[in-house]
Amino acid sequence: MHSRLFAFALLTISATGLHPVAAADVPVLIKNFDYSPMEMNIAAGTTVVWKNLDGEPHTIASVDGMFRSPALDQNDSYSFTFNRPGVFKYICSIHPKMKATITVK
Amino acid sequence: MQNRRDALKCLGVGAGTLFTLEGGIFSAFDMAEARIEDVGTPLFLQISDTHIGFNKDANPDVIGTLNSTIDAVNALPSPPAFALHTGDVTHLSKASEFDTANQLMSRLRVGEIHWVPGEHDVTDGPGTEFFARFGKPSGDRGYYSFDAKGVHFVALVNVMNFKPNGLGALGEDQLAWLKDDLAGRSASQPVVVFAHMPLWTIYEPWGWGTGEGEQIAALLRRFGSVTVLNGHIHQIVQKVEGNILFHTARSTAYPQPVAGVGPGPGPLLVPRPELPGMLGVTMAVPGRKRRLSLTDSTLA
Repeated sequence: MHSRLFAFALLTISATGLHPVAAADVPVLIKNFDYSPMEMNIAAGTTVVWKNLDGEPHTIASVDGMFRSPALDQNDSYSFTFNRPGVFKYICSIHPKMKATITVK
Repeated sequence: MQNRRDALKCLGVGAGTLFTLEGGIFSAFDMAEARIEDVGTPLFLQISDTHIGFNKDANPDVIGTLNSTIDAVNALPSPPAFALHTGDVTHLSKASEFDTANQLMSRLRVGEIHWVPGEHDVTDGPGTEFFARFGKPSGDRGYYSFDAKGVHFVALVNVMNFKPNGLGALGEDQLAWLKDDLAGRSASQPVVVFAHMPLWTIYEPWGWGTGEGEQIAALLRRFGSVTVLNGHIHQIVQKVEGNILFHTARSTAYPQPVAGVGPGPGPLLVPRPELPGMLGVTMAVPGRKRRLSLTDSTLA
């Protein structure tokens, strides 16, 4: 009982650490070989959740190497939390013509 | 006991086309008019885009279609001496997919299989799973060459280093290696170059090509017989330029749309009875004057 309470407290602390701003997750859909939206602005601490709706797998790979998803099959998701401000460009490493940008403020 | 003609029928050669390149002149004729005896013992088999792990509507049973392909090849009275796998062995680069693919392919009755990765095989960053299994001949670089039956074979990797416009690329190191590898070779030695993505531009908006295609062709032009074999686009597209025959193979898993038709190069859903006619392999047989003839066969 005590250990369970302790684990709950730890989770709360770490979740707070990951989300300095209590922002809701922001979705990006992957459909017809495009990210939607292709450009967006978010607050630091926001978690972006990508979901692939195509029958072809896609990845989310940041150009600067900060994040890289495994290959997402149809309906698979990947999430990443942006903790520091900056402009983050990413591509699909399988179809590198697919490009998008996230600006974190 | 199946005779040769039946075995070839299993591969649907009746619906295929035999391509020959003689004295730089390209000709194609229906296999129905070609005498089977002319086909001879296949030198090698090209198999491509097996996409083990794919399970969507375009083909929920890619293991089944690969097994049918292997059965048809194994039924040939003279099996090919070896096979080239031109990439996209797996769909998602997963260890379990590679293990299944390896297990299935080990049933293929050929002496050896030479592999190059497709972009689906190296989505795990530096491509650890592919190289753990198939990296040895190249010292984990992925590109390598070997000689067999007097033919020089060159394996290239164009899926690890994309151009900004989405075309495949070799990168400077590999291009320099290719130049060294071909330098000093007799122009009369037949050359076969194989890689996953087409080594010439078929359709740039979908990334169907290789950025250094022109530089690669320039290195190959002095040879009397060059065959360039690729996969990636899951359909046959051919081009002849001088003594160079460019050819892409079918997939054993699922077809893809013709260039530019639809939103992108994803799996093409076709009525189920049409699927076997759109899957298959390419066989190469020694032709006259040290040239290679390619035969494409479907599962239909």
